[in-house]
This record gives sequence, structure tokens and C-alpha cells, in this order.
Amino acid sequence: MQQEVLEKKSNPEQDSQPAVVITNMNKWFGKFHVLRDINLTVNNGERIVICGPSGSGKSTLIRCINRLEEHQSGSIIVEGTELSSDLKNIDLIRSEVGMCFQHFNLFPHLSVMENCTLAPVWVRKVPRHEAEKTAMHFLEKVKIPEQAYKYPGQLSGGQQQRVAIARSLCMRPRIMLFDEPTSALDPEMIKEVLDTMIELAEDGMTMLCVTHEMGFARQVANRVIFMDEGQIVESNEPEEFFNNPQSDRTKLFLSQILGH
Amino acid sequence: MSDHSFVRTEMLDSQAPPMMEGSVLGWIRYNLFSGPLNSLLTILSGLLVVYLLASILPWVFLSSWTATSLRECREVIPLTYGEGTTGACWAVIRERYLQLFYGFYPKELYWRVNLTFVLMLIALAPILFPKLPRQMLYFSGVYPFLGYWLLWGGTIWTPFLTLAGLIVGYLVFNFLNERRGLLIGTIVGTLLIIFWFLLGVIPVAVFLSENVTPLAIEIVESEQFGGFTLSVIIGATGIAASLPIGILLALGRKSDLLIVKSLCVGFIEFIRGVPLITLLFVASTLLNYFLPPGTNFDIILRVVIMVTLFASAYMAEVIRGGLAALPKGQYEAGDALGLDYWKSMRLIVLPQALKISIPGIVSTFIGLFKDTTLVSIIGLLDPIGLSRAIRSDTAWNGIVWELYAFVAAVFFVFCFAMSRYSIYLEKKLETGHR
Repeated sequence: MQQEVLEKKSNPEQDSQPAVVITNMNKWFGKFHVLRDINLTVNNGERIVICGPSGSGKSTLIRCINRLEEHQSGSIIVEGTELSSDLKNIDLIRSEVGMCFQHFNLFPHLSVMENCTLAPVWVRKVPRHEAEKTAMHFLEKVKIPEQAYKYPGQLSGGQQQRVAIARSLCMRPRIMLFDEPTSALDPEMIKEVLDTMIELAEDGMTMLCVTHEMGFARQVANRVIFMDEGQIVESNEPEEFFNNPQSDRTKLFLSQILGH
Repeated sequence: MSDHSFVRTEMLDSQAPPMMEGSVLGWIRYNLFSGPLNSLLTILSGLLVVYLLASILPWVFLSSWTATSLRECREVIPLTYGEGTTGACWAVIRERYLQLFYGFYPKELYWRVNLTFVLMLIALAPILFPKLPRQMLYFSGVYPFLGYWLLWGGTIWTPFLTLAGLIVGYLVFNFLNERRGLLIGTIVGTLLIIFWFLLGVIPVAVFLSENVTPLAIEIVESEQFGGFTLSVIIGATGIAASLPIGILLALGRKSDLLIVKSLCVGFIEFIRGVPLITLLFVASTLLNYFLPPGTNFDIILRVVIMVTLFASAYMAEVIRGGLAALPKGQYEAGDALGLDYWKSMRLIVLPQALKISIPGIVSTFIGLFKDTTLVSIIGLLDPIGLSRAIRSDTAWNGIVWELYAFVAAVFFVFCFAMSRYSIYLEKKLETGHR
């Protein structure tokens, strides 16, 4: 398994090509201009943390990357494929981009194992026994193989989120998107999810995380992006970002979330 | 150390509950006599139940099973049970129960109806109970055609060719779907099936039965159908067809495609806005004006179509409720994993939406089954129509309650069974969320 990941990384063609390129992207909800002129390039293996006050458009931004939200102008290129209204491209990109949601969104009518094998079997056409082997591998990676035959409703929030991560990984994505993965968790469970994400980052996964876990940002991010009013206000390496913020808006935000 | 500080040195073990909990006396006290008002209500309801039973039970049991006419009943009952007794005249049921069950179906062919009914239970079993071997579903698929043949008789080629047409159409759809896309596959497959049904089935069936082998059993005309047989035929076909149509309508109504959406909304609102009786009248009389002269469009088939359309409009709304109750995140998770629309509907959305809608779906089923009695108004001899026919016999002129009570009792058995099954299903599908 590890070897496969390494092979993927050492493929020169993919290394030369950034994972995500967003150019002059704009989006409106009705008349409300949620994302304004976004430019962002994410390289392979890069870990980016996006933070900002609520309503600043950070979730919408990462949801545009797998087209859960549609952008109206500009371009988004994911792994060399441009997102357009062509359904084939969208399905292709979605199977390459994994996503974890704030509320986990596990399928409650399916067991943990079925949650993990559903997409590989139906989208990638992997034989079931193989898909189950892969699922077990990733459930071990997120440290809950013993829960494989339970239903999501029987698990704690932290366990559910780890299953959700395993479910995404079963599709062997090249990019992982995290939309506030720890915001709906009890304080006791945040650490287990963050540990899983840190481990994932150490394996070299390209990650975009919307989160307010600043400790996590310091530890794993290559870059922290601060958004406000639908715009990227500041983008910097974590050390610089936290110790020496440039814009007033960033300073205010940091003082509010780090101040207590 | 301050007064407020406290440290527990050992954790408490859990203990047995107080005595009242779990004992019969405790249950009675807690549920029936928990306060003055509750006690009063308990006593009053008890009295009401006793009063009702005291009025009904004598009528039910001080009855006659052997008389041959209503007049005889009225003479026999006071003689047996004492002056002034008015009991039920169940003799009418003993004399006419076969008719109430089979209508005017030829007596020597009753076995065909019985066999069809037993086979229906076998065909339903794997659908109702997923533990049974999945191979049984093949029989469920063949059953509608087999059942049709057994009930109406004639050559087996017609239902066989119909089934074959459906299978070929599906294979063509599958073939084109993979190579040319969903739209072309659907259009070509559907057109093929429709043309085959309209132009191919009958001539080929006639040809095969004349030149190869007839493989025919005695024909029974639709006019001879009646009683509970008719109710079950209309009810079961309507139920089986209205669920898939209802699902498609509900999905259509939530669709982003404007034309599909408007068609579905228009259909649902129109059908729901019209009484079933009107639709049945359309089926029985008006439809003939629109069809080319000489076409023989079976009355039972027409009624089944109307009842199905009616029920599927309600079904669509019930299922739409279930779809709306699903959190948006479920749709998004399906999308994010790269499932296309139909896969995400089939694997993620519908299993949950249908589960939520089970009570509503079963209510619609029960309503549909009971509505089959309305066909008596357009002259079909379902149990209610037959009761009217039986009453017009001089021997039973004036009998009302006994017939209706019997019909009601049989309907109750069917409907109660459906209701119980729905509760069983809900419990079985419970996976501990929410």
C-alpha cells in the first residue's frame, strides 16, 4: 500500500502539475457575492488550512473544488481537468477528490463496512472482496477496525468522523477536502480525529482543511489562508501567519480566537 | 480545605430498580390509576367497552347458520333463543360465501383462483422477507404473467411473449445504455417494448398457437370475475404498480429538469384533485369513445390502470415527504463520492426515504385496497356489488348487516396484515440513528 502511494508521488507527470489551480473565480448565491476573485494554486502534497469568520466563504470555496457548489466565472482545474458543466468531468474529479463533512454524512442505513465499500464497488467497479480488504486496511489506519460491522448510529461522533475519513480514502483520492471536520465533535473527541488527519498529512496527502484548530494548522500546514467577505485576505506559512500577521483583519481574527 | 471541595473516592455500582417497576400491580397503578382523573377515565372507558360488547355480542352469537332465507331466520332465532331475540342471520354467508369469494367464476375452475392466490403468497414472500433465498425473486418476476394466464386462461403464448418482449427490451436498453448513453437506451428500449405490445404480441401469439401448439386452458371472461378475487386482483396489481410509478413521480417532482418536473407536478395535482369515482366512470364509459371502434380493452384492465394512477399520485407525495426529510448532507456525500444520480438515488437516498415513508406508503396501500370496493359503482361485482346482488334475491331481500359485517371482517384481515407487516418492517430496518 505504502509503495503504491510512493509510486503515485514519484510519477513525474503528476508532480509537475499542480493539484488544484483556481483562477479569477467568482460565485454568487442569488445576488450575494460569496466568492470574489479567488486565485489559488495548490501543489501536490501541499497541506493548506483555510480559516476565517463564519460567512466568509471558506466552506463554499472548498465545496467548489468538487463542484458541490457551482462557480459562475473564472476557472477551476483539478488534476489537469477543468470543472465545467460536463457531467463526465465532474464524476471523474469527484472520484479523485475525497471530502469529509462537518456532520460526517455517513449513510445511516449501511454498516461501516458498507459505507466504505459502496463507492469503490459502484463507481470504481472494484470486486467486493477486494473493496472489503481495502476498507479494512483504511479502517485499521483510522484505528477502528473492530467497528466495521456496526452501524454509524452506534458509534461516537469521533469514531463516525474517522469512518468518514476512511470512506473517502477507500476511493484512493489524490486530494482530500475537510470541511470543519471537528466542529461538531465533543471536546474529548477532537484529538482522535486530528491525529488521524495528521497521520494522513504525514503520508503526503494533498489536503485542504477548513478548520479553526490552530494547533493543527501550526503542526501540519504548509500554508494558512485567511478569508473574509469572500476574499483571500492573507496567505502565509503558519509561523509567519500566526506570529506576524500583516492585515488588520487577520490580526483581529487571531486575537479573537487565540485570545482566550 | 474549603467546605465546597469534594472528591469521590469510589464509583457507585448500579442498583436494582424500586419494586413497583416491572410488577403487574405496579403497571396497573402506573398506567390505569395514576391519579383521580386517570382513574375516572379508566372506569368510564371500561363501562363503555362493557356496554358496547353487551349490545353487539348477543346479536353476533344468538344467530342462525342454517336457515335458507331471511324469513326463516327471523322465525328460527326467537324460537331457539327465546321471544324477542334478534340475532344475526349468518346463514346468508354460509349459503353465499363461495360467491362472495369467487364471484361468477366457473365452479369447476375455482382451483385456478386458489392456485393463483397461493402462488401470489409465494411470489410475495421473497419481497417481504429478505432472509429468503434471492433466487425466489425470479419467480416473483414471472408471477404476474403466470397469474394472468391462470386467471383469464387462453393460450400461454400471450403472457409469455409479453414477458419476452419486456426482457428483450431491457437487454436492448442495457446494451445501448453502456454504448450510447442512458437517453438513447431508454428511448429505444421503451419504443421497442411499446411497438411489440401494440403490434407484435397478439398476431405472433395467434400464429404460434395455431401452427405450433395452443398450450391453452379454458378462457374465463372478465364479466365472470367478482367477489374478493376481484378486489385482490385490482388491489394487488394496483399496489405492485403504484409504488414504482410513485417513486418515479416523486423523483420527477424533485428533478431539476423543468419539463419532467412540470409533467410530474401536473399529473400529481390533477389526479389528486379528482375523485376516484370520476376516474372509474371515465374508465368504464368515456374511455370507449376515445378508443378506435372495435378495440376490446378489458374493463378490469381499465379499472386497474385508473386505480394505479390514482394511488401512485398519492404515493408520490408520501415518498416526496420522505425525500424531503433526508438531510441534504446525504445527497452531498453521495455526490462527493462520485456516484451518479441514479446510483445515489438507488443506493443512498431511496432506501432511507422509503424507510421514513413506510407508514404513509402502507396507508396508501390500505386505502387503495379498500377503494377497490368503489368499482361496484360502475357495475363490477366486487364484494359490495355482490351484496347488492344477493339482497335482490327474494330469499335474502332486506338483509344488510350480516353481509357488510362479513365483507368488513375479510377486508380487516387483509388490511391488518399489511399494517402489522409495516410495523415489522420498520423495526427490522431500524439501525439506531436519529
